[in-house]
Amino acid sequence: MKFLNFFKKSTPQFFMYCLAFYLVILLLNQFDIISGYPLLIIEISLIYVILATSLNLINGFTGQFSIGHMGFAAVGAYVSGTLTTLIWKLSVDQPIYQTVPLFVVALLLGGIAAALVGFLIGLPTLRLRGDYLAIVTLGFGEIIRTIINNIDYVGGPRGLLGIPQLSNFTLITIFTVLTLYVLRSLIFSSHGRAFISVREDEVASELVGVNTTRYKVMAFTIGAFFAGIAGGLLCHLIQIAHPTQFGFLPSFMVLVIVYLGGMGSLTGSVIAAFLLTILEKYLLPMGLQALSSWTLPAFGFQVGVEWRMVIYALLLIIMMLFRPEGIMGMKEAKFMMPEEH
Amino acid sequence: MDLSAVFNFQQLVNGLQLGAIYALIALGYTMVYGIIRLINFAHGDFYMIGAYSVYFFGIYFLTAHTGINPILVFIMAIIISMAAGALIAVLANQIAYKPLRYRPRLSALITAVGVSMFLEYFFSSLPFIGPSYLAFPNDAIIPRTEYLLGGVHLNNYQIIDLGVAILLMGFLTWFVRGTMTGKAMRAVSLDKDASKLMGIDIEKIIMITFLIGGAFAGVAGLLAGITYPRINPYMGILPGLKAFVAAVLGGIGIIPGAMLGAFLLGIAEVFATSFNSLLGEGIAFAILILVLIFRPQGLLGEKTAEKV
Repeated sequence: MKFLNFFKKSTPQFFMYCLAFYLVILLLNQFDIISGYPLLIIEISLIYVILATSLNLINGFTGQFSIGHMGFAAVGAYVSGTLTTLIWKLSVDQPIYQTVPLFVVALLLGGIAAALVGFLIGLPTLRLRGDYLAIVTLGFGEIIRTIINNIDYVGGPRGLLGIPQLSNFTLITIFTVLTLYVLRSLIFSSHGRAFISVREDEVASELVGVNTTRYKVMAFTIGAFFAGIAGGLLCHLIQIAHPTQFGFLPSFMVLVIVYLGGMGSLTGSVIAAFLLTILEKYLLPMGLQALSSWTLPAFGFQVGVEWRMVIYALLLIIMMLFRPEGIMGMKEAKFMMPEEH
Repeated sequence: MDLSAVFNFQQLVNGLQLGAIYALIALGYTMVYGIIRLINFAHGDFYMIGAYSVYFFGIYFLTAHTGINPILVFIMAIIISMAAGALIAVLANQIAYKPLRYRPRLSALITAVGVSMFLEYFFSSLPFIGPSYLAFPNDAIIPRTEYLLGGVHLNNYQIIDLGVAILLMGFLTWFVRGTMTGKAMRAVSLDKDASKLMGIDIEKIIMITFLIGGAFAGVAGLLAGITYPRINPYMGILPGLKAFVAAVLGGIGIIPGAMLGAFLLGIAEVFATSFNSLLGEGIAFAILILVLIFRPQGLLGEKTAEKV
């Protein structure tokens, strides 16, 4: 029975749940219950889990306000996409033992490039308070997009085409679980306490000896690293990297996920990422179609998918007015917290 | 590169014209920030709404050929754009920002992002507006006339932009300096609690601030529409951000600072664009980062110690 006691601890429990999730989806996929589009939705949800939890580190735990998170994802996507597509010229026909290690290296390099950019963006934050920072990160997203649009080597405004589909469910799950594990370990460590102290009161935490500048820059760098990896996974899943994928709109969606899930709750981000992705890709198109069948004869116009952004914005406003703490508030599920917390 | 061709009077005029539009947006930003310490992300969208309100008005006069005096048409356009901008600004304040007044500042900021996205996507989703560019009926509102002055191309739009901006800035300066409401606005921006104790209705003052800011943004939308006659629902994002940069450059919360910053930014942007279009797009944010590093209180601001 000692063996079972081991799984009562939260870290093995965490990996058990992740493994169970992976096996269940794999099993359902084997029997063709989940395949094709639904599987793609789950894969995209997992990528959004990476994006949302890494943004939660910056916005939720460290209390900064970055709204250009997809800019980091763009750096990661373009660096890894350029490596695999234009430089190494990988293709899915090559044997797995050749492509997968190179793909992982490309992803990590993309993450490191994004982290470097995050470090550079983090530096001016030494002097910026939350609201100025928002404008800087927003402007940064625009600058990244303008730069990409002007580099012809990576396709400019056409986007980077013909990226091999190297991401698969297994790889995405592994990266998501690793991200969650790293963030969870980080947040419930003494560094994590420092992040939270910066959020709660910057002046007070400086007075008790927390190097606030260092922790703000660190949050940006780590958050950007994971966003870069998520960007790499995303562009190798949908086989294109395009400047508009990384504009303000998707950044806004990640932001909604973080605030819907709850600032300062990884569990909340995971739940909200699944909830919103399924809502966006599956439920909303269906609902809007149903609504159209009613408005088209009555008012003569169709309610297309473009209304989903209106619904997102309303969701964000209504939530801030009535439940500003989000779904989970600052609470975590037990298995998301290491022992002794 | 022929520098004399770049640094000439023509670019200065173009820069002043762009600066006038930025100034009208930046004033609203800086006033709202000065009073409730909120970066109103939706401010750029009030500008967009100003342009659209006149678009439909202009379409009407384009199709109707009513033969009304063009100056009267233009004055009506100004009134409509101001009313539309002010209406949306006041509504946004009452519905979205007012309930969050005493919550953490970040909540209001997130809500402001939500309001901004809502306005943009609501307009682009409406079937009679749509996300694509529309041609602004500038000739129906006021016909374009070109002048050639010593090799410099001028047109009446440039004179109108600058004239309207300067007139409104003069009005605002008088309003803030010379009226009781203006005095109350200054008091609220200095100390909210103390001015409440002095019997100032803070919510009313905040509403008036949004009203003036929204009206100015609306008229900026009209001026941008006649000057650069392509409008779409996302037109407000970049000018809004740049106007904010202008407000920070001049010192946020300071009304003359916003005017100065906007004209400087407009001129800098036009000159930078004449070198390289990429540089032109990025210069506003480069200026922002430089200002925040070297002079975070802005050009006209005074350094204040952070209070605990």
